[in-house]
Amino acid sequence: MMPSVTTVLQQLRRSLAIARKDIRIYYSKGPVVIFGLLFPVFLFLSFLIGRHLTVDFMMPGLLGMILFFTATAISPIVVPWETMGRTLERLMSCPVANGTIILGDILASFIFGLVISLVPIIITLALGVAISSPAILALAIILGAFCFASLGNLFSIPPTNLPATANMIASVIKFPLVFISGVFISLDELPAWGQAIAYISPLTYFTDIARHCIAGQGHIPAAIDILALLAFSVVFLTLDIRLHSRTMPRRI
Amino acid sequence: MPGEESNRNLAIKVNDLTKRYGQIVAVDHISFAVKRGELFGFLGPNGAGKTTTIRMLTGVIGLDEGSASILGYKAGSLKAKQATGVLPEMANAYPDLSGWNNLMFTAELYGVPVRKAREKGAELLQAVGLFSRKDDLVSAYSKGMKQRLILCMALISEPQVLFLDEPTSGLDVQSARLINDMLRSLNASGKTIFLTTHDMDEANQLCQRVAIINQGKIVAMDAPEKLKLTTSGMHSVEVSFSGPVSLEALAKLPGVNAVKTLGDKYRLYTAEPGELAASLVNYSYSSGLRIVSLNTLAPTLEDAFVALTEREVK
Repeated sequence: MMPSVTTVLQQLRRSLAIARKDIRIYYSKGPVVIFGLLFPVFLFLSFLIGRHLTVDFMMPGLLGMILFFTATAISPIVVPWETMGRTLERLMSCPVANGTIILGDILASFIFGLVISLVPIIITLALGVAISSPAILALAIILGAFCFASLGNLFSIPPTNLPATANMIASVIKFPLVFISGVFISLDELPAWGQAIAYISPLTYFTDIARHCIAGQGHIPAAIDILALLAFSVVFLTLDIRLHSRTMPRRI
Repeated sequence: MPGEESNRNLAIKVNDLTKRYGQIVAVDHISFAVKRGELFGFLGPNGAGKTTTIRMLTGVIGLDEGSASILGYKAGSLKAKQATGVLPEMANAYPDLSGWNNLMFTAELYGVPVRKAREKGAELLQAVGLFSRKDDLVSAYSKGMKQRLILCMALISEPQVLFLDEPTSGLDVQSARLINDMLRSLNASGKTIFLTTHDMDEANQLCQRVAIINQGKIVAMDAPEKLKLTTSGMHSVEVSFSGPVSLEALAKLPGVNAVKTLGDKYRLYTAEPGELAASLVNYSYSSGLRIVSLNTLAPTLEDAFVALTEREVK
């Protein structure tokens, strides 16, 4: 039976309450600060130093890296943390659907990604690089943050109560994605097989559309980038809700 | 229809409820009903299926067979959850949030309007003696304070039905007494309370009816006083003498079923406590001893519980 509009709106409000709770609790947690903020900056710098890259090539990559790492920093650890802290059972007994809990956790990561993405944007503008399509870039950042936050939530599906385990699973998947997504090497320079692999990564589409908006050119048509980010978001969110609904009772 | 009418008076209805974990049947086709406004105790030894039952009723885990409803709504549905407050066993409030923020967060999850949540929150925290500590992080609370806060979280939405899983387990006497007093007054105000506990005295003092679950099955369900009557041979006489006596001699007195030493006292189990008391007086004369104290005791709920769960194991 389809839920009524009132029920949907009520559950959305409760998702926002869960997101606010996550923001209060998890933004200052060690793994979030380390994997969400420090790591992408240092990783990017280690690849940048000694290479002669133009600023308009470099900044979309930095933006993509930071958005990807920040938006996937909180969502993998919240559910294991709730399990470990014995707060999950109380939360699950409240009048919220499992999907509401999951969406709340994703929204906290999404907001974290959005806010931190302002840093590379400000750096880009401070370096005198013009953003040719700010509205499209804003849309891409919103879609990208949601997509990556939903991807991050997938990493906590195995019913572990250890945030470190979820972070390990996340790292195993996140790092290869960074290297195949055109962050450090333009898609044009990749061989055909490399490009084929790049297309399976949602980060590829975000980096590409950021290049459209900042450098004025990308490898894939901008509309395809947007549609791909949208499609990835829908798939990840659907998987998050379905798979977490199965594993969540096993955490209790 | 008469059936529908009686269903309307029920707060909780459980039919053939079953939960399996692999080969283990944690809850085995149990059925019971709790009337609106009733304080119902759910007792059982560790691993008997109490917590699994409460988790199915509160929608935290799914059920494998049977059905359960809360105020006519399917257990686990949003409507059933909206009408209930839950204090799970071993649950925690968020340690990185203040007591007040934990309470307001719960109110948001139940859709309680902000002004009402603040008024009710302040009233509840005052009632449990936590108002002055409301802005402290929960990580700084003692176990008793945390449990009192979680009870407030369960009550913030003014639910009609309360599920409490071992609410006083491991608490200091003051916190346990405060919680039990609150439960009495909540029940007096018409709330239905489903309570699991290990504390037989607590169940005896609080509950109008209790069910005893063992190995996933309900072995008895009745008012505590009626359950005590099921252990007819469990009356006892507690006696202490001015000097040592032999256990064998006490066991040989007429009508004695069993003898236990309790510190400097002896407890003799019998079906005829009056006659045994007279025999003990005669025994003291013939042994040249003085009786220091003598009390006849009716069977306790604990005696009934032990008898019923042991009978089931045998």
